[in-house]
Amino acid sequence: MVEVNLWSGLRRFADGQEAVEVEAKTVAEVLQKLVEAHPGLDPVIKAGVSVAVDGEIVQRALNHPVQPDSEVFLLQQFRGG
Amino acid sequence: MTQVHVTTTVNGDEVEFLADPRETLLDCLRDKVGMTGAKEGCGTGDCGACSVTLDGRLVCSCLVLGVEAEGKDIGTIEGMADGDDLHPLQAKFIEYAALQCGICTPGILVATEALLKKSPDPSEEEVRYWLAGNLCRCTGYDKIIRAVLDTARDLREGV
Amino acid sequence: MALDSKTEFKYIGTRPDRPDGMDKVTGKARYGADAYAPGMLHGAVVRSPHAHAKIVKIDASKALAMKGVKAVVTRADFATDLEGEDWDLLENTIAGEKTLYDGHAVAAVAATSALIAKDAAKLVEVEYEILPCVTDVDAAMADGAPVIRDGAADHSVPEGLHPNVVRYTEFGRGDVEAGFAAADLVVERDFKTEAVHQGYIEPHACLANLGADGKGELWCCTQGHWFVRRMCTALLGLETTQLRVTASEIGGGFGGKTTVFIDPIALALSRAAGKPVKLVMSRSEVLKASGPTSSASMNVKMGMTKDGKLTAATAVFRMQGGAFPGAPMDMTTMLAFSCYDLDNVHHEGFDVMTNRPKQAAYRAPGAPMGAFAVESVMDELCQGLGLDPIDARLTNAVKEGTKSSFGPRYKAVGLIETLEAAKAHPHYSAPLAENTGRGIASGYWMNWGGETSTSLAIGEDGTVQVGVGTPDIGGSRASMALMAAETLGIPYENVRVDVVDTASLGVNEPSHGSRATYASGLAVIESAREAITKLSKRAADKWGIDAEAVEWRDGAAHPSGPNAGDFTPLSIADIAGEMGSTGGPITGHHDASPTGFGGSFGTHIVDVHVDPDTGKSTVVRYTVVQDAGKAIHPSYVEGQFQGGAAQGIGWALNEEYIYDDDGRLQNDVFLDYRIPVASDLPMIDTVIVEVPNPGHPYGVRGVGETGITPPLPAVACAISHAIGHRMTRLPISPPRVLRAIQGKGIS
Repeated sequence: MVEVNLWSGLRRFADGQEAVEVEAKTVAEVLQKLVEAHPGLDPVIKAGVSVAVDGEIVQRALNHPVQPDSEVFLLQQFRGG
Repeated sequence: MTQVHVTTTVNGDEVEFLADPRETLLDCLRDKVGMTGAKEGCGTGDCGACSVTLDGRLVCSCLVLGVEAEGKDIGTIEGMADGDDLHPLQAKFIEYAALQCGICTPGILVATEALLKKSPDPSEEEVRYWLAGNLCRCTGYDKIIRAVLDTARDLREGV
Repeated sequence: MALDSKTEFKYIGTRPDRPDGMDKVTGKARYGADAYAPGMLHGAVVRSPHAHAKIVKIDASKALAMKGVKAVVTRADFATDLEGEDWDLLENTIAGEKTLYDGHAVAAVAATSALIAKDAAKLVEVEYEILPCVTDVDAAMADGAPVIRDGAADHSVPEGLHPNVVRYTEFGRGDVEAGFAAADLVVERDFKTEAVHQGYIEPHACLANLGADGKGELWCCTQGHWFVRRMCTALLGLETTQLRVTASEIGGGFGGKTTVFIDPIALALSRAAGKPVKLVMSRSEVLKASGPTSSASMNVKMGMTKDGKLTAATAVFRMQGGAFPGAPMDMTTMLAFSCYDLDNVHHEGFDVMTNRPKQAAYRAPGAPMGAFAVESVMDELCQGLGLDPIDARLTNAVKEGTKSSFGPRYKAVGLIETLEAAKAHPHYSAPLAENTGRGIASGYWMNWGGETSTSLAIGEDGTVQVGVGTPDIGGSRASMALMAAETLGIPYENVRVDVVDTASLGVNEPSHGSRATYASGLAVIESAREAITKLSKRAADKWGIDAEAVEWRDGAAHPSGPNAGDFTPLSIADIAGEMGSTGGPITGHHDASPTGFGGSFGTHIVDVHVDPDTGKSTVVRYTVVQDAGKAIHPSYVEGQFQGGAAQGIGWALNEEYIYDDDGRLQNDVFLDYRIPVASDLPMIDTVIVEVPNPGHPYGVRGVGETGITPPLPAVACAISHAIGHRMTRLPISPPRVLRAIQGKGIS
C-alpha cells in the first residue's frame, strides 16, 4: 500500500483523513484509486493536481512509478511563468 | 486621405514613399521602406525602441510624421554596420551579452552611437541618463552600461 | 535522468557569442510585428470603455460600409461549445454577454490598411448597459460587492463566501498555537501588493492566415507556440494539427506570452476575409487587456525563539486574478515558507475575481508577493531579537531531506550555499551611508519540466542542426548549442539551433517555469546521445567490429581499447560524409516529460538610500546570489539574475495598476506605468552558486524566475531600516515613504 498525503483542505472530501492508503504502482493508479475510495476528490483531481513522489514533482507524467514505501503528496497544480 | 509623396535619404540611399499625413516615420520606415529594425514598443516616445537619427539628431521615429522626413537624412540600425563589419558597439553588445530578447537593442545601439559621437568619454551616470529613454525589461541595464563604457574606452584608445 | 559523473567541461561554462547575436544587433531579427504577407490586411480591435457592462447590441454596418473594410468579427465567430478554462480563455479574448474590464475586446475589424482598420473600429457601434464594478481584492470579497459571474466558484470554496471567491485552499501541519506559545517573539502584519505588468517591450503581434477549409498558419510572438496552437484551434473549432504556428523572435515574455489574446481574433478575421491578417497591440492595449499579475492582500504571523529558531508560521493570501479564476494563490501559499524548516505551519489562500483583465503568469507567478510578506516578518523578528538576518535564516534554512512547508522533502538544494555566499560577500559587511538601509531576503522557485520534444540531425559535412520547441527569450539557443557541442565533442560553432514550428516536433510546453535550459537542454543531450549511438554503429560497421567496441570522444569514433582493434578514428565529418551510402541520414530525437527538475534558491542584498525630504528611494547597491545548479552560459545566467532583480525593484518601488472608481485604468502608457529605466538602477552584482541538480545530466536548474522573488522584501526591508518604519505596502512610492516618515515624527 502507498500512503498518499492530502493537503488539509482536502480532508473534507476524504472522510476527514489527511493520508489515504491505496494500492498503486503508478501515479495514474494513485489518482484512480483515490477517486474510487473517495469520490468527493474527483472534481479536485479533474481540475488538475500535481503529485510529488519522493520529492520529485510529477504533473503530467502519470506513468511515473510509485513504490510501496514512496512518500507521496497530492499538491495543488503548478503553474510557471 | 490623400497620400503625400516623400523623398528622403535612409542610411545614405535615396528613398521615396507615399505617406498618409497621419502616418509616423516609424510606420513608413517599417511598412513602406521595408526597414523593420526600428520597433514600436509604445508609440508614445517613452520606450526608445524606435530610435533613429534625423539629420544626425536622435529622435523617436514614432513621434515624427513620415511626411516630415521630406529632404531629411535618416539613420537607422540597418545602416550602423559597415557591410559585414559590425560597429564596435554592436560587436561589444554581443560579446558582453548586453541583450536578452533583443527588441530594445536596435534603439539602444542607435541611441548610444549618437551619445558617443557627442561625448566620447561619458561617465556611467551620463550613459545611464542618456539611455533613460530607452527601456529594457530583460537585462537590468548592467551589461548594456558596461558594453557602452568599454566600447567608448576602446574607441578612445583606438583598439 | 541522472546527473552525469562528468565534472570537467570543454564548452559548458564558457561564454561564446550567441548565434542570434548578429541578427539582433543589426535589426535583421524578425519579431512578431516584422512579418508581412502578400495581400495582407490589418486588424484593429474594438474594446470596451467600461469595466463592467452588459452588451445590449453591436452594430457593425457603418464599419462594414467603409471603403477598404473586409471583415468584422464578434463573439459569434468563435466556438460555442467550450467550457472550463477554454471558455474563460475565449471570454477573455472576446466578450460574450458582458464586458468584464476596461479594454475587454468586443469586436474586431480587418481592412486594407492599419489606418482604415482603426477608423472602422471607431464606427462599430456598441450599446452598453453599465453595471457596478469592483477592482480591489478586499472590496470584491466584501458583502454587497458586485458579482462578476455567479457560479464561477469551484468545489474548493466553502459556503458563506462571496461569489467572487472562486477558489480556496487551506493546508499545513503541526500545532501553530503551541508553536506561537513557544516563541520569544511573535510578529503579525498585514501586507498589500499592487498588480504589475510583465512589461515586455514588444507588444503582442501576429500574422494569421486561415482558410475556409480549416487549414491555417500563424506567426506570432509567444513563449510557447504549441500552447498557442491548442488554444487557438479550441477557440476557433479547428483540428489541432491543421494550424501550423511559427514562433517569431520574441521581445520579452516573462510569463505574459504563455497564453493568447489577439491570435484567435486575427485567425477569425482571416477566415472571415479570406486573406492574411496582421494584428498588433498598442502599448495601451497591452497594459489594459493582456495579463498583469495579481494584486494581493495578505496576513503573515511568525514566531521565533531568542536564538533564532522559527516555532510557527501562518499566512493568509487574498489574491485577485481579474475577471476569471486563476490568481496564483496556490503557488503563493505553497512557496511562502519554502525557505524554512517548520514543524508548525498553516496557509490559507483565496482566489478572487474583480473587474480587471485576466491575470497572466509573471516570472515566478505568485511567489514574490508571499516572499514580500514572509521575508518582511522574518526581518522584523531578527530586528526585534537582535539577530543577524543571514544567521537567523541559516538556523532555519531547508536543505536536502527537509520536509518542505508544502509537503514533499527537498532533494539537493542550495539555500544554505547562497546564504553563506551572501554573508561572505563584501557587500554584506560594507559600511552604510546616512539615510541608507540594507535589506536581505531569500526566495525560491521550484522550476518545471513539462512536455518536451527535440531533434538533432547531422549535416553532410559533420556539422549539426538542432531543432527545439522552446522559444529563445534570453540566449537559450546558445545554451542548447553548448550542451550539444559538449555531448558530441564538436566545436560550439558547428552546431546550429533553431526554434522550429509546430509542424516539426511533438508537443512542447512553452519557455515557462524556468524549464527551457533544463528540459529542452536535457532532450538535446539525449538527442545527441542517440545520434552518437548511430554514428558509432556506422564506424563499427565500417571496421567490422561490434558497436559496443566503439567509444565516442572528442567528436570521433575510436576503437574502445586494444582488444577492439587497431583502426584510425573516424570523425563525425568522416562518418557524415558517407552516411548516404552507409544507411542514410543520421539523426537523434528525444521526447519526454522530465520530472527531475530542481528548484533554485536565491539570496539578495540591497542598499537603498531614502531622501528624507522627498521620500524618494534610490537603490545604491545590489547583489544577487543564486543557485544555478550548473551555469551553461554564465553571461546569460547573470542576465537572468540581473533582469529578475530589476523587475522586482520596479515592483517594489514604482509599478502599479491604478484604477479609478469606475474601473478605468489610469496609467496605460509607459510614461505613467513606470518600469525601471537605466538611471534608476546601479550595477547589479551577481554570484552564481552551483549545487548540481541531480535530475539533469549536467546539473542544470532553471534560473529564470527565482530572481524576482527576493527583491520585493529586500528593498522594502532596506527602506524600513533607512526610515525606521516597517513598510508593508507596495509600491513604496515617495508619498508613501513621506507619510511613514512624518507619522514617525522623523524630519
